[in-house]
Amino acid sequence: MVEAAGWWSLLVAPALLLAGAVLAVAGDALLAARDAGRPRSAVAAARPLLEVPRLLAAQPRRMPAPDRLLWRLGVVTVPVSAVLSVLVIPFGHRTVADLSVGVVWFNAMEVFTWAGLWLAGWGPNAVFSLVGGYRFVAQGLAYELPLMFALITAATGAESLRVGDIVAAQQGLWFAVWMPVAFVVYLAGVSALCFLGPFGYPVGRDIASGVLGETTGADRLLLRAGRWLWLVSGAAMAVPLFLGGGAGPWLPAWAWSSLKTLLVLAVLVWVLRRLPVLRADRYVEFAWVVLIPLAIVQALVPALVVLNR
Amino acid sequence: MTFELVLVLAAGLFCVGLFGALSQQSIVMIMMGIELMIGGIIVAAAAFWHFLAPVAASGQVVVVAAVVAMAVEMALGFAVTTAIYRARRVDTTDMAEDLKG
Amino acid sequence: MDTLESALLAALGVVALVTAVLVFTCDSMARVTFALLASLCCVGGVVAVLGLPYLGVVTVLMMVMEMVVMAVFMIAYMMNPAGLMPMSMLHNKRGSLAVSGAVFATLVAAVFLTPWPAQVGEPPPDTTFQVGKALMGEQMLTMVVLGFVLLATMVGATVLATRRGRYDRFGDDLDLRPARDPVRGGVGR
Repeated sequence: MVEAAGWWSLLVAPALLLAGAVLAVAGDALLAARDAGRPRSAVAAARPLLEVPRLLAAQPRRMPAPDRLLWRLGVVTVPVSAVLSVLVIPFGHRTVADLSVGVVWFNAMEVFTWAGLWLAGWGPNAVFSLVGGYRFVAQGLAYELPLMFALITAATGAESLRVGDIVAAQQGLWFAVWMPVAFVVYLAGVSALCFLGPFGYPVGRDIASGVLGETTGADRLLLRAGRWLWLVSGAAMAVPLFLGGGAGPWLPAWAWSSLKTLLVLAVLVWVLRRLPVLRADRYVEFAWVVLIPLAIVQALVPALVVLNR
Repeated sequence: MTFELVLVLAAGLFCVGLFGALSQQSIVMIMMGIELMIGGIIVAAAAFWHFLAPVAASGQVVVVAAVVAMAVEMALGFAVTTAIYRARRVDTTDMAEDLKG
Repeated sequence: MDTLESALLAALGVVALVTAVLVFTCDSMARVTFALLASLCCVGGVVAVLGLPYLGVVTVLMMVMEMVVMAVFMIAYMMNPAGLMPMSMLHNKRGSLAVSGAVFATLVAAVFLTPWPAQVGEPPPDTTFQVGKALMGEQMLTMVVLGFVLLATMVGATVLATRRGRYDRFGDDLDLRPARDPVRGGVGR
């Protein structure tokens, strides 16, 4: 049902991702304005976007003995891996590349943010940003395994690693209905991967913005855009994995895909603002003692169902 | 011809890794050498599967085994490094040669 | 094997070899680690181009995680992690070069002198399915052994790396509740 689109989709997919990220940032700014008691206007929503020209024009900060090569590499890796992850996510019935190992591809791209953020922390030769990089690695050890099990659960239910097959397997019943634990664990993993809200420990205020602390100009823009791009990409991937992809009555498939994606995105943005920052060491223990066993039991359910089908 | 060249790539990776594993003093650097050697083995196994016997899964199973070997080598290597560093502040092989004959 | 695949293989191979050499020539430990990561990612790419997309992508995925963890240990245990003051940490460089050179020459000679058999059969349409079926079928014993090896690794690595035993946590009579841990918080405390 899902098929690969032509070369033009290579340009459309990143544009859609960017549009989603702009919407998410604007929504977040509106929520921030409401929380602060400021008027909720178009100006308030567009305020974070005004940062873009300011950051592009800003003078770069110079550090003593930075590792420029690795720094740049890390900063670029975060948004680029987000864009690459979108290649396998179907939009309606179309996708850029319906790889036979789409789920693993998404997972691999997501793991690249580990390298990207650690390098972005290492590069500037500054204590706090390196501490931030280490914090992200610790957080990664916590969220990664439950997230992997959640991805595996959806793949097991569909008996395929191809995202198109996973969508097709949800004709009757969405995976979110009978794999709720995997769905929630997946959303938690995606938010941790974006180091937003409660998972903002690597960029915490206590270490002067950590990984983001020493970056200026285009570098800062890329890192901050990268986390929102990843949030959108994660929300978009949740739709084919758990919410039936583009399936739905009356409207065309692409409309359902975007509606569901925006809905997941809105829930994520709203929830992420509600929670306090979690320390990585606490989250590691919660993830390994509670989330991993739960995720394994959840993965057992589709395995048994598929065996008895 | 492609087959032979891929095997030469595997041999190259294996021997660069071998040089590192033999010549480095630091335990962690030695592990990097071993990783490269296993990387060479992965390339060779994939090449044998692709060019000689794609109908059998054995080549793929060798790749899986090599990847597992990499993970085991990493995990135990770091554990041993941590243990010996904690006990004796040792981080190079030349300082841990008590059993040298 | 068409031209595009050959070109990809050549490019990946060259990058893999160059970055492999960089692993032992760079000074900065962070650069060393990520040169190794680049090399092993190219290995994963070669595997994927050779028709094993699952194993290729999984190799890349695993190597990224491994190398980030490795970078943490490199920085922790090396005395000069950023390489700002270059130093040599080698022993018996000449001997190692001779041994690895000889091994390389032997391997290359063997590669070109061996009469390789012709290709047997055609690759299956889904190679991921092939390896999965093999591991859960005729190669089950391999899978079971690998599983036990990994379990033993997990237990062994934890035992080796941890300093505190149960007596440190629960007291001499193992009756201290809650456990005495350096870090508070988490589940159940």
